[in-house]
Amino acid sequence: MTTTTVPARAAGSVSLRKQRTRPADLAFKLALQACLLIAFAFLVSLIVFAVYQGWPRLDSRLWTDMPTSRISRIDTAGVQSAIFGTIWVITATAAICLPTGIAAAVYLEEYADNTRWYNRLLELNIQNLAGVPSILYGILGLGVIARGFGLGFTVITAAITLALLVLPIVIISTREAIRAVPNSIRQGSYALGATKWQTTRRQVLPAAIPGMATGSILALSRAIGEAAPLLLLGASTTILFNPDGLDSSYTTLPIQIFNLIKQPSEEFHQLAWAAIVLLLGIVLIMNSAAIFIRNKFQKRI
Amino acid sequence: MTTPTKTGRNGAAAGGSHPLRQSRVRIGEKSIETILVVAALISIAVTIGIVVALVGPTADFFTKVSFVEFLTGTSWTPLFAQKEYGVLPLVVATIEVTTIAMLIAIPLGLGSAIYLSEYAHSSVRKTLKPILELLAGVPTVVYGFIALQMINPILRDYWPGDRKPDFQNALVAGIAMGIMIVPTVASLAEDAMSAVPNSLRQGAYALGSSKMQVSVRVVLPAALSGIVAAIVLGISRAIGETMIVTIAMGLISDQVRYNPIEAMMNMTTYIAAAGSGDVPVGTIDYDTIFAVGALLFIVTFALNALSIRLVRRFREVYE
Amino acid sequence: MNRNLLRRRLLAGSALLALALTAACSGDGDSASNKELSGQVKVDGSSTVFPLTSAASELYAEEQPKVKVPVGESGTGGGFEKFCNGETDLSDASRGIKDKEKAACEAKGVKYGELIVANDALSVVVNKENSFVECLTVDQLKKIWEPKSKVKTWKDVDPKFPADPIKLFGPGTDSGTFDYFTKEINGEEGASRTDYSPSEDDNILVQGVAGDKGGLGYFGFTYYEENKDKLKAVKVDGGEGCVEPSVDNAQSGKYKPLSRPLYVYVSDKALEREEVKDFVNFYIENIDEVVKEAKFVPLTDEQKKTLKSEFDKLGKA
Repeated sequence: MTTTTVPARAAGSVSLRKQRTRPADLAFKLALQACLLIAFAFLVSLIVFAVYQGWPRLDSRLWTDMPTSRISRIDTAGVQSAIFGTIWVITATAAICLPTGIAAAVYLEEYADNTRWYNRLLELNIQNLAGVPSILYGILGLGVIARGFGLGFTVITAAITLALLVLPIVIISTREAIRAVPNSIRQGSYALGATKWQTTRRQVLPAAIPGMATGSILALSRAIGEAAPLLLLGASTTILFNPDGLDSSYTTLPIQIFNLIKQPSEEFHQLAWAAIVLLLGIVLIMNSAAIFIRNKFQKRI
Repeated sequence: MTTPTKTGRNGAAAGGSHPLRQSRVRIGEKSIETILVVAALISIAVTIGIVVALVGPTADFFTKVSFVEFLTGTSWTPLFAQKEYGVLPLVVATIEVTTIAMLIAIPLGLGSAIYLSEYAHSSVRKTLKPILELLAGVPTVVYGFIALQMINPILRDYWPGDRKPDFQNALVAGIAMGIMIVPTVASLAEDAMSAVPNSLRQGAYALGSSKMQVSVRVVLPAALSGIVAAIVLGISRAIGETMIVTIAMGLISDQVRYNPIEAMMNMTTYIAAAGSGDVPVGTIDYDTIFAVGALLFIVTFALNALSIRLVRRFREVYE
Repeated sequence: MNRNLLRRRLLAGSALLALALTAACSGDGDSASNKELSGQVKVDGSSTVFPLTSAASELYAEEQPKVKVPVGESGTGGGFEKFCNGETDLSDASRGIKDKEKAACEAKGVKYGELIVANDALSVVVNKENSFVECLTVDQLKKIWEPKSKVKTWKDVDPKFPADPIKLFGPGTDSGTFDYFTKEINGEEGASRTDYSPSEDDNILVQGVAGDKGGLGYFGFTYYEENKDKLKAVKVDGGEGCVEPSVDNAQSGKYKPLSRPLYVYVSDKALEREEVKDFVNFYIENIDEVVKEAKFVPLTDEQKKTLKSEFDKLGKA
């Protein structure tokens, strides 16, 4: 923000020389910088601490070995079932929430008449769901999906629950991406005789892909790191095998980390830190990719 | 895209005899629209699902325990032999950890937001803002363990006096939670500040204000509803957060506790602990999980509604 | 050699081979079945018994990698609920099945067998630097832990002790250990003072007691054994003198009243499935190793005999 120069006028003390920075101003600026610095310092020290603590266990055992509950076997333990469990659950979650979320966003942006009360209610509902605590999605999963629909504590239950949890994120970010597509593109398409769906499918959506990609990656990254809802969905179970179907029992990385944290011995904690480094790596890479895509494509259109 | 073989006067589609008449709606179009509507309606189904999951057991609970006892009782021991159903210990613990978290998140969040919005060069901003957002991507189970293993030992080592913080306590959970919420507050606050028209700033500079004066006396008040929305959203996140408190705050709820260096249990921890344990379905003990869940739902719903309304207001004013 | 003869010889040879193989595989008592089994054996229940069944399932996975044995620890009560609902095949329990639960199983037509797989010595522990407590009577423990207890310092327990504040740790209300301790010491299950630091995380209990000079806690023998370097076990006087928690004292029954048997309940219906039968068989055959891995108190010879005969009875039911 630059100071605009005002032409000197009239008698008086208006001077064009930039004012000497008062100490209060400088102190303020430093205080603000300190705020950012503290936040960054925390992030960095978190990562450094985790790597330092988990260093002895950061090796291939993480994915080649199964978990154990016995201290005697801790040297040959890993989190393989959690890694595969996470892959299974997140793949199913993506398959459920991405098409649904994009479809809902397309409806709200392209098809819905904004003046109708029911469409506004729909919007409000989605914004509210974005703020509902994740543990309540666990209650939904426990009461309705696991017990009500009888799907039990399986991969598919976890996937549905997590998909519903991140659905608002997908919808909201896809809507913004679609909204950012200039109207001129739509109108050109209509002018050439395309139907609404043709326009949407062939002009609007492709143009919105970077924004949708960002939102989707952020949503899935959130789902990967979630543990609270799964606590109510069969997390307190030793799973020493990889899932072999959607109806299989499962465990995920955050859940496995939580279980390891609960053990008394230091060796289990070390393994927990190593698993944390793995999880952090995955999540931070995904988030960075999403942000990178967003920054790169922001000014294109 | 249909290639026009015949262009009418305004480039209308080929095949229609009159260029201005709307072409017959294709069946495909209608079914597509139906699919999209169904997708959107799933969100309604989710809300209904949550309410339905909560309503039954909650109603059952309140046939056995009065509202007054629930909301004003000061001891929560539903799973002991001597059962008490006063939810205040959980609520006070929630308020306490949220307050500690916001005491950290608001200064750091607003400070970062002001810096990014008013002081930083756009290139600096482009690098720093994403890094701040990365902080929001760290899974909460990691925050919880960090609180227990990294922050609490430091607190215990340097705490003055004899009474050291407990192994699990509200202060350390609040600190970790505060840092976790900083990106949420900063992001929304920064959006609000960026939306303030430049003309306001330039007017102030023209009158000789310093940057600090402009930020504090012009931009902040102008973006107030957005900033308040950011804070309210942060509070809502703090109230609903589960993993940090379950790992780092404790499981004790026999009485209302105020001392932040003591262990205590909040609403989300109770739901997580009782819900993952061995409480049999259909008993009043089971119902307590949902009663607390219903309380949590109502509180966060109210806060979210408030935040949404405030955001709408700041967006409207400058659009 | 003409073709007929060759054929006959081959046929005879393969018949003999088949017979031999069948004979070798017919041993039901084999822990290493030559046949590769697959399927699932669902187990849930007590978090105290969890390390045992968990160790068994890990050892079993080396023999039969295709059989999945998910072991949950929702608690003794929650385990029974699922068990009587037919959702699990085995139920871990740190106490016997209650009448209410028996009725629930009967109502759903679930018949089961009760197997005692190990002994536990519920240990009462204090901080390692605590030099004044050696032994506590049941009455003293009751005084400390009963509902609405007024004990705040060690002096309240015994006037000879210093007036240091006492800091209490124990399992949460979900745990069978909690149920058992409160029943034996306070006389009623679930009856306990509420202002102690409960935790489902044994990690926190151990660290709590180890980190506070006035700390006192109780949990299963395993967690004491694993943390002997940080904790000191208190001898318990159940009326016949001070007895410390140890393998011998638990087995002989001298450690009163806090030694208890640990159970695994097996559903008859589940036993009809080969993989379940094989797993339970493996568990029993290798019970000594399993108990050693989980650091529990092993069964006496007497108990082992009972175990085998109980299982045989089940198998034939």
